[in-house]
Amino acid sequence: MEHRPLKAETDMREHLVVIGNGMAGCRAVEELLARDPTRYRVTIFGAEPRVNYNRIMLSPVLAGEKCFEDIVINDAGWYADNGIALIAGDPVVAIDRETKTVTTRGGVSESYDKLLIATGSDPFIIPVPGKDLPGVIAFRDMDDVDTMLAAADAGGDAVVIGGGLLGLEAAHGLTLRGMKVTVIHLMPTLMERQLDEAAGWLLKNALEARGQTILTGADTAEIIGEGKVEGVKLKDGTLIPASLVVMAVGIRPSVALARDAGLAVGRGIQVDDHMVTSDPAVLAVGECVEHDGQVYGLVAPLWDMCRSLADGLVEKPTGYRGSVTSTKLKVSGIDVFSAGDFSGGDGCEDIVLRDASRGVYKRVIVKDDRIVGAVLYGDTADGGWYFDLLKKQEDVSELRDLLIFGHAFAAGGGAADPKTAVAALSDDAEICGCNGVTKGQVVSCIAKGAHSLDAVRGTCKASASCGSCTGLVENLLALTLGDDVQSGPKTMCKCTSFGHDDVRREIVAQGMRSIPEVMQKLHWTTPDGCSSCRPALNYYLLCALPGEYVDDQQSRFVNERLHANIQKDGTYSVVPRMWGGLTNPTELRAIADVVEKYNAPMVKVTGGQRLDIFGIKKEDLPAVWADLNAAGMVSGHAYGKALRTVKTCVGSEWCRFGTQDSTGLGVKLERMSWGSWMPHKFKIAVSGCPRNCAEATIKDFGVVCVDSGYELHVGGNGGIHVRATDLLCKVANEQEAMDYCAAFIQLYREEARYLERTAPWIERVGVDYVKARIIDDEAGREALRARFLYSQSFSQDDPWAQRAEGAEAEHHAPMARFIPQGEFA
Amino acid sequence: MTTAEWLDIGWVDQIPVRGSRTVQVEGGDDIAVFRTAEGKVFALLDRCPHKHGRLSQGIVHGGAVACPLHNWRISLATGEALGEDKGCTPTVPVKIDGGRVLICRASTLKAAA
Repeated sequence: MEHRPLKAETDMREHLVVIGNGMAGCRAVEELLARDPTRYRVTIFGAEPRVNYNRIMLSPVLAGEKCFEDIVINDAGWYADNGIALIAGDPVVAIDRETKTVTTRGGVSESYDKLLIATGSDPFIIPVPGKDLPGVIAFRDMDDVDTMLAAADAGGDAVVIGGGLLGLEAAHGLTLRGMKVTVIHLMPTLMERQLDEAAGWLLKNALEARGQTILTGADTAEIIGEGKVEGVKLKDGTLIPASLVVMAVGIRPSVALARDAGLAVGRGIQVDDHMVTSDPAVLAVGECVEHDGQVYGLVAPLWDMCRSLADGLVEKPTGYRGSVTSTKLKVSGIDVFSAGDFSGGDGCEDIVLRDASRGVYKRVIVKDDRIVGAVLYGDTADGGWYFDLLKKQEDVSELRDLLIFGHAFAAGGGAADPKTAVAALSDDAEICGCNGVTKGQVVSCIAKGAHSLDAVRGTCKASASCGSCTGLVENLLALTLGDDVQSGPKTMCKCTSFGHDDVRREIVAQGMRSIPEVMQKLHWTTPDGCSSCRPALNYYLLCALPGEYVDDQQSRFVNERLHANIQKDGTYSVVPRMWGGLTNPTELRAIADVVEKYNAPMVKVTGGQRLDIFGIKKEDLPAVWADLNAAGMVSGHAYGKALRTVKTCVGSEWCRFGTQDSTGLGVKLERMSWGSWMPHKFKIAVSGCPRNCAEATIKDFGVVCVDSGYELHVGGNGGIHVRATDLLCKVANEQEAMDYCAAFIQLYREEARYLERTAPWIERVGVDYVKARIIDDEAGREALRARFLYSQSFSQDDPWAQRAEGAEAEHHAPMARFIPQGEFA
Repeated sequence: MTTAEWLDIGWVDQIPVRGSRTVQVEGGDDIAVFRTAEGKVFALLDRCPHKHGRLSQGIVHGGAVACPLHNWRISLATGEALGEDKGCTPTVPVKIDGGRVLICRASTLKAAA
């Protein structure tokens, strides 16, 4: 061997060969050198023609906040000083475990005693047509950054596919570099793996305010272009022009080399607690490994892994136990932090703080007195503290009440009892920032007789705007009055301290446009509400923004989501609309055919003069509707908080007592009002004479025809508490009856609380109030009527026809069918 | 990739966020598969412990679903009724692999039987 005068031959130390000159490979070597600088001779192979740099700082380089030199971790001197041989720009393409050698693409071979694989991960490229066009890149290394910078110099449009951490950082950088950027994200929430819906919504708003276009729920169909990229086409047909497309949809552990070498590979290269692979001479570390079933795509676990690896290499094994991770978005001016598990679940308690005026959302998830997760938006200063408590699994029961206010408040100067803390405030201390109300003013307002939260809000306005100081005001009430505090109006549900009326007023006053926005601005204490508040908010927004608000199907009760009534056995009943209770042979035949075709076990004539077909399976609903549509029938909305039926008698056309055409008016009222969503169900009836065969005086809106005109009655109910209507007024002709009806419905829609029928609503506000709005205020009546008709111009699309044509088919079809092979025990 | 232990029932994206889909089991009851706002996927027998309401048709909020019949809240993770109510719906282990939803075959058979 003396005839090969290579350094390797004179250096008798064990040879450690590292494949990967990235963060993991070099960190592992650093850890090793720190423990025993002379034990191994080290050779590092890197695919990129560069020294070791900090990959997670590529985003600031793209954004122009740093240059490449700033993010170099180890320069050429480090390799020289430590006697490390670096072979950069020539990737290893094969490992031979028999002969313990590695070979590069350029043909260089090197033998090893210990091999460390630190190949990291590869960007995932979605397999769409056009993915190989020039101008389509990933965001993984310095070459990608150079490509992006060159594209930005030319200006124009860029599309970033993927609204995760990396994608948003790329979009931010390209925006700062002057490109017009569109982010396409498959999921409804940005960074959904790190953020909950509320924080995702705040982030989307902030990015849009910076000029980016964010398309969520958007699925890429193909990338188009002749010879180079020209645009991205979505599955819904939208075409977005682009001279640059960055794919940042995720990463996959880079395992090809290890797999070819016959090492055990699952999702990543499988390693034990000492980062040793299935071959004792081969180790692996970083994003390419799978440890205890976990793979990591973040930098923090890598530090822990490298420590354990180095401990093992110097034969003082400690063992890696997996990592809890946290993330921070590196977009300057937007602070986002997330750590641990924020999916909630059993035994988990959410502590939520929302400060709308500062754009802050904090959520800490506690289980068994320990923090298991945290999501912070806007104010991430305490991220590190929460993460530390989380990793150490510290008991936080002592801190519980003050935890959400952060480290300074919980650990230091803050008094342990919030009431004591409020008592300690000076009279000049500001309680309500929105309305500039001091503690002294609140206390004097309470002393003058405002003995409830609502009364305080009504007089000095403290906590009447954003509501974030509600707790402080409540504490002041308790301090000043002791047990004499009067409880305010019932809150909407346990998710909020606001009542229905407050929420509605603020939705309109602040122009709120979505459920997450309401929850943020009004400081909801739960991340996504509950089955009480979500349907209510959905209705309030729908009512406030006709034609603009997009109905949230997941906030609808099942009957309104499936446009049929669920029955106790899980089947549905179907009620087609019969205008004014009239029908004809074609409709009856179609109904009879449906009953036979779908084996409906029962047909019932309802109290509202309709036919109800029972026992229809969820899967059959679209086909049933198609058959009914074919005979000219539409949804009867028998399932909705909406106009149900207009019941009529035969009136002057047939009846010897009839005074007016009650049937005709009933049909006209139903044609005007069908399809509108309301706080609760709404029933109308028209009787042709005071004998009142249509029972108009127990309906929400009832018309009783008399010789001289039409009596209009409101607020009746035939339910548990029977209530006869109040007489609203008498009008002279059909048109007036229609106009008053429209105005009344709109007043009810705008002012009643969700799930409040007209009867309790009128009991609450008084019939005189309704009369003042509908009869005395002519201009107001006309405006109400106009708003109702405007809203109706968007709502009279038959939902059955849309579903019959295949819309939202996922509501009806099972996801999969499983046929057991005689496997039932 | 359906295996001896796991049934491949489709893509995660096929389940609406804050919603659910069902898996029909021939000869047995349906399995309801839920996806929460945070993207977690759970599978339970599609039957409320109270009056056997179809949980798949309920409103999903946080880590729970409200039964459409009488508004019982059922934990998606454990199947236990929350709050004052007492009762439990069988759960089925789920795992996600490359965007595909896999449910445990043995538990599916046991729950649906």
